[in-house]
Amino acid sequence: MVWSWIPGNAAVIRQYTLDNALLGIVPALLGLVISVPLGIACVRWRWLYPPVLSTASVLYALPSLALFIVLIPYTGLSDTTVIIPLTLFSLCVLVPNVVDGLRSVPEPVRQAATAMGFGTLRRLVRVELPIAVPLVIAGLRVAVVSSISLASVGQLIGVYSLGYFFIDGYQRDFPTEIFVGLVLIIALALVCDLLLVIARRLLTPWRETRRRREIPRVMVAGAPRAAGA
Amino acid sequence: MSFLSYAWDWLRAAAQWHGSDGIPVRILEQLGYSALSLLIAALIAVPLGVLIGHTGRGAVLVVNIANAWRAIPTLGLLVLAVITLGFSPLAWLIPLVVLGIPPILVNAYEGVAGVDAGLKDAARGMGMTPWQQLRKVELPAALPLIMLGLRTGAIFVVATATIAAYIGLGGLGRYIIDGLATDNYGEVAGGAALVVLLALIVQFLFVGLRRLVVPAGLRNQARAG
Repeated sequence: MVWSWIPGNAAVIRQYTLDNALLGIVPALLGLVISVPLGIACVRWRWLYPPVLSTASVLYALPSLALFIVLIPYTGLSDTTVIIPLTLFSLCVLVPNVVDGLRSVPEPVRQAATAMGFGTLRRLVRVELPIAVPLVIAGLRVAVVSSISLASVGQLIGVYSLGYFFIDGYQRDFPTEIFVGLVLIIALALVCDLLLVIARRLLTPWRETRRRREIPRVMVAGAPRAAGA
Repeated sequence: MSFLSYAWDWLRAAAQWHGSDGIPVRILEQLGYSALSLLIAALIAVPLGVLIGHTGRGAVLVVNIANAWRAIPTLGLLVLAVITLGFSPLAWLIPLVVLGIPPILVNAYEGVAGVDAGLKDAARGMGMTPWQQLRKVELPAALPLIMLGLRTGAIFVVATATIAAYIGLGGLGRYIIDGLATDNYGEVAGGAALVVLLALIVQFLFVGLRRLVVPAGLRNQARAG
């Protein structure tokens, strides 16, 4: 490690960290914005879910680098070329979690809301979506962490991120640079992950009042799959 | 011109299909690297995951590995490996195996740990030894998830092997990396099209494989994966 390289390059390090954060967070948020209505539609019209799920699992199998290349003729070497595939990957993780979250609403709760005079829309917004929050955020955590780390692959087609340090460090045979890139990407991912855990606690205060010790759970591993699977 | 017309024009040219850097050789290389890495990863991760799931020891470790795994940038790990190990087969094999292990490990663990307690009680009640319980009840019940883990690992390894062309590995990623270096978008597009096709074939192969090995009574589980 050549420690002096770090302060000497603080400006670029900051710039690429911001670029990388943007390329990771934007796809996860876009994925969230699209997956909520899509998930609601899949719960409402059951026949819609199996084809959506199959499409998602096929899409998820495609290497990110290949998808970036597919988009080059249309979106050039811009951030969009990286953001679109990462958004698709986020969708693959988020849609099943939104659907499982909405389906996890206990029937008595739904009936109680209806009995209190809630219409379909109000019941969805005030009762069903809040109950789905923990699963949706679990999906969002996977989406944002993977997007942050995958964004660095975009450097191979010239879209700047912390991946720059991998390429530059490799070409100059300079491990310090590679280490800095690795550490910053992992740190960035962990910070976003932590922020989402905090957000979940704030959004679902009722979960903490039960004082139940939280059992460590593995988040949906790899390809999207339904709950209980 | 669209992506497909670029890819098609390049794939149509006869020159790509012959010789030591021809498409058939590159496909075999890519499959070879991926299969070898996946095999090693599976030999480590399946027994370990099953053991942890069966005994419950080390579960916290598995959960943490599973969550940290996604944060590791594959390109960074690959260049770090080649810079520290030099241009040897280990430089790509180690990262590919390391990155292939977590999904297999976690799913094997979850599969065995999640076996219905009633099922395990019944097995014990029938007088099965612990080894029989594991072999005849827990492993078959965990198979859907074990297969899902292998499939996720395979997808991941194929994608990473493509990127490994950047550190000099053969395979289909070569066309992408070489094409990018020489501004030959046709070659890049052709390579990417082949990679997509290969990834799809690998995925369908694993879907078929699961049908073959998973007991009929369990087939509805983990369908979504």
